[in-house]
Parts: sequence; C-alpha cells; structure tokens
Amino acid sequence: MGIRERLSGNEAVAHAIKQINPDVMPAFPITPSTEIPQFVSTFISNGEIDTEFIPVESEHSAMSAAIGAEAAGCRTLTATSSCGMALMWEELYVAASNRLPLALALVNRALSGPININCDHSDSMGARDTGWIQIYAENNQEVYDNFVQAYRIAEHKDVRLPIMVCQDGFITSHAVENIELIETDQVKKFVGEYEPEQYLLNPKMPMAMGPYATSPFYMETKMAQNEAMKNAKKVILDVADEFARMTGRQYGFFEEYRLEDADYAIVMIGSAAGTTKDAIDELRNQGKKVGLLKLRVFRPFPGDEIAKALSHTKAVAILDRSEGFRAGGGPLSAEIKEHFYDAGLTTKAVSYIYGLGGRDYTVDEAKQVYAELEDMIENGTKLPQYRYIGLRK
Amino acid sequence: MKDTIEIRWHGRGGQGAKTAALLLADVAFKTGKYVQGFPEYGPERMGAPITAYNRISSDPIRVHSNIYTPLYVVVVDESLIESVDVTAGLKEDGAIVVNTPKSADEIRPHLNGYKGKVYTLDAREISMQTLGKNFPNSPMLAAIVAVSGIMEKDAFLADMRVSYKHKFAKKPEVIEGNMKALELAFAEVTK
Repeated sequence: MGIRERLSGNEAVAHAIKQINPDVMPAFPITPSTEIPQFVSTFISNGEIDTEFIPVESEHSAMSAAIGAEAAGCRTLTATSSCGMALMWEELYVAASNRLPLALALVNRALSGPININCDHSDSMGARDTGWIQIYAENNQEVYDNFVQAYRIAEHKDVRLPIMVCQDGFITSHAVENIELIETDQVKKFVGEYEPEQYLLNPKMPMAMGPYATSPFYMETKMAQNEAMKNAKKVILDVADEFARMTGRQYGFFEEYRLEDADYAIVMIGSAAGTTKDAIDELRNQGKKVGLLKLRVFRPFPGDEIAKALSHTKAVAILDRSEGFRAGGGPLSAEIKEHFYDAGLTTKAVSYIYGLGGRDYTVDEAKQVYAELEDMIENGTKLPQYRYIGLRK
Repeated sequence: MKDTIEIRWHGRGGQGAKTAALLLADVAFKTGKYVQGFPEYGPERMGAPITAYNRISSDPIRVHSNIYTPLYVVVVDESLIESVDVTAGLKEDGAIVVNTPKSADEIRPHLNGYKGKVYTLDAREISMQTLGKNFPNSPMLAAIVAVSGIMEKDAFLADMRVSYKHKFAKKPEVIEGNMKALELAFAEVTK
C-alpha cells in the first residue's frame, strides 16, 4: 500500500535516497539543492542509513569523489544545481565515458549571469551532450518515482551510464504537495543490491580505469557510449512497466495529455506542464482540441516516438525553459524539429522560450500559446518562428 | 479546480511567512485535502520582502504558477503595506488579515480601496506575551485558519501540538508558548 504524505520535492528525493540507502554521497551545497545533502546527512547522523557522506570543498570535488566511489564499486550519488553543475563539467564526461552508473539529483536552476537562484533548465540542457541519461519531473511525486527507478536504469548491464534525475528548482523542490510514497521494503526490493561486474576494488580482477585512449581507440568508446544510450530506451520502458506493476503509476518517455485527438499541442518539460494541463481542460470545455506532450526522458532522446505522437496535429508549440543562443530557439525545439524532418512531417512547429530565471508561466499564458497556434492555422496569421512568453513590455 | 482556496502570504525574510505557509499546508493535508505550500524568493536576505503561497483543494492540484487572484491575503509585517501592493488581485469576497496593533478601520484606508473583509491581529503583542520574542507567524497562521474556516479550532490546535512536538523536539519548552499564541490569535483576530 502506498503511504499518503505531503513533502517538498527535495524532501521526496531525500526520502527515496533514505529508502535506497546508497553506499556513498559526496556533496557540496548550492541553492536550491542544498536541502538534499542536508537531509541525507541528518539521516546518517540519526543512524537511519549507513551511507558514507563525504563533505567536499567544491562541486568539482563532489563529482570527482563520486566517480572514484562508483569506480571502486559503490552505489553513489550527489546533488547539485546551476553553477554547481557547471563546476562539475569536466567530470560529467569522465563519469559517462567510464560507464559509471552514478546518480545526480539535479535541482534545475538558472546559470549566471545575472546571478539568479530560480528555476530554468539551462544547467542540465547545457549538459545534454555529456553522455548522461536525463529524466525530468513535473512534481514531487514524479521526481520521487524517477529516483526510485534511476539506479535500475543506470546500472543495467546494457546501459551502465550515469543518470541525472532533474526537478524544477523551488517550483517543485521547495513546494510541499501531496505525494504517495512506496513502502521501504518494496523500494529496496525494486532497486536491489548493486553488483557491478567490474570494479576497482575487486582483487580477483585487477583493472585500470580511465586510461589514455589513442586515436585508434578513442572513437570506438564514443560509439559504445551511444550504443548504451540507445539500449537505455528499452531499459527505461521496462523499468517503468515494472514500476507500474508495483505502484499503478505508469511512466514512459513522455506523457500525452488529451493529445490523442488534439489539433494543437504544446511540448514542454517539467513543472509548468501541470499549469498547461489546467489550461487544456479550460479550453477543452470551450470545444478547443488542444493537448500536451510532456517530455520525461530527454536523454536518450525519444525523437521518433515524439514525432509519431504529434504527427496528427495541425501545429505544435515547443516550449524551452533554456536559451540555446543559436538565435533560433532552445534545445528541445531544435531536436524535435530534426525528428519532424526525419519523419517527413510538415507540421508547423513554433519555438517558444519561457520561464527563464524563475519567470512565472501561467494558465493564461498557456491559453495564449494555443490561441496563437490556432490563429496561425485558421487565419493564416504569420507567427514568428521563435518567440518569448511573458516578457516585460 | 473551482473549489481551490488560494492564499498569499506577505512577510519579510526571517519572520517565518514561508514556514507558516508550509505549516498551513501541513494542517490542511491532515484534513484530507490536496495542498500546495511554496515560497517565492527574491534576494535571500533577512528583512527582504518575501511571498509565500497556499493552494488547498478537494481535487489534485496541477498548476505550478504563483497566485495572482487569491481569496485570502496574510500580511505578516505591517510595514509592507506601504511598499507592496498586498491587495493586488485579492478577491472582494475574500479577506485580508494584517498583523498590526491597529483596528481594521484604521488599516483599510491603506489598502488601495479594497472592499472585502479586513481583519487585524496584534501578532507581535501575542508573541511577546507568550514567547517573549517576536515570532508573528504562529499567531498569523491561527488567524488565517480562523478567518478562512479551513478547519475547526479544536482539530487545528490538536494537529499543531503534534507538529510543534516534532518541530521543537530539541526545545520542548517553547511548545506551550506557541500553543498559547495560537489560542490567543483565534480569540483576538477581529474584523
């Protein structure tokens, strides 16, 4: 039976960590993810879990220590946000290329400057090509559920990649909402023990980790990482199905909300999707055929599946919560449009940027986006192919 | 979503407006409701104006935006009335509760023509009496529960005692003072 609770997103992730009881957690505090290592170190000092907490002096060291621990054969995690992740940059690649399935609880926050502590997806989107699996959440329930599934995906023998479990800074990390928790023994059974096939502290099989790769070998390691990312797609769905059998909560690459017969769709990631759902219900009551595709998994990118799910629509608005500075929209929009091309779709797709640095996104703004799509198709109104939501006038 | 009660808190960093919003979410959760309690941060420093929000509903809450047309507003620091438009979007069939020694009639002229109900409570005085320090958030929490009728007084006090036992596990001596503050606030909040 699920346990009815009310927790913030950070509390929810910390609770999942407590239930999993990983081996090692190096961390350095940064708003808005600070509470996660804070809660975990409290659990440790209360004797509730026996995770080894390593208080390091920077995020660079946090990720380095996490890499070392994971390479040694320990189930490892860390948590960070924003500039903290930026300081981990070099190590993100090291973790992925050494095929270390560690977990990063990322609480999305804008990057400087101007300095800003609030939510957008610039931090993780900047790291989209580092070779990490990326999973996003709409609310505290989803980030909890994603964290419970994370190690099963990352540690799978066909994958062995690090995983980023992302949630929106403050909007979900600091918002107390209802949540249904899973019994701890069920979580432990679902996640299982970590039994790496190869690890540094295995005297029966001495090995080197992270050696130099000359040109005749380097490229194959990159290809192998990409194969692992491809394999992750099946594993993510298998783990989601097993999770659904345990909890009744079904996840996939994305959630389709009233999309099946929609003429106009919004595609977006994260907490603002809930706001869009309220807008959809209001518009549906007025007879408007509108829907949502909320992306959960950004890496690996389920581009073919997204294109198929949107293929019947007349127009799509792709909403990015990070700037791409390519003078043409954000990363989500670029990748979806690529897959539209591959799928032979000519569906109109408009790129929007919203919510940077915590700028609010409201039900009315979501309704306005649908109205603009409809106006473009029904009345032939020209719409700039790249625009912002909620800018100051 | 129609029956969702939306509440906006105005306070200053360090006064506990965020904590009060989270405690309100807590007690409303215990009545079986769906809840949200969340802060909106500007610069993180003591004394800066901060806003916190609550949604309380019989249905699951999906919206994740701030609250622009609240049914209730709680002002934890009276001085904010001069610098923040605390009644912005406040519904006329709702109410505002202000922490002040003044009467509702004295406060109303400072509320940009707001026509709804105005309640006041001297939360500072209650806090000084019961705790010996100025922690206005507990009395203001009781005031908004009393004004909104989100839950019955006795059930609220019983739940708060449990919350305080947990929150103040390391300093149980402040529990009785806080409980007294809640009871006084319930009795003294006036239109």
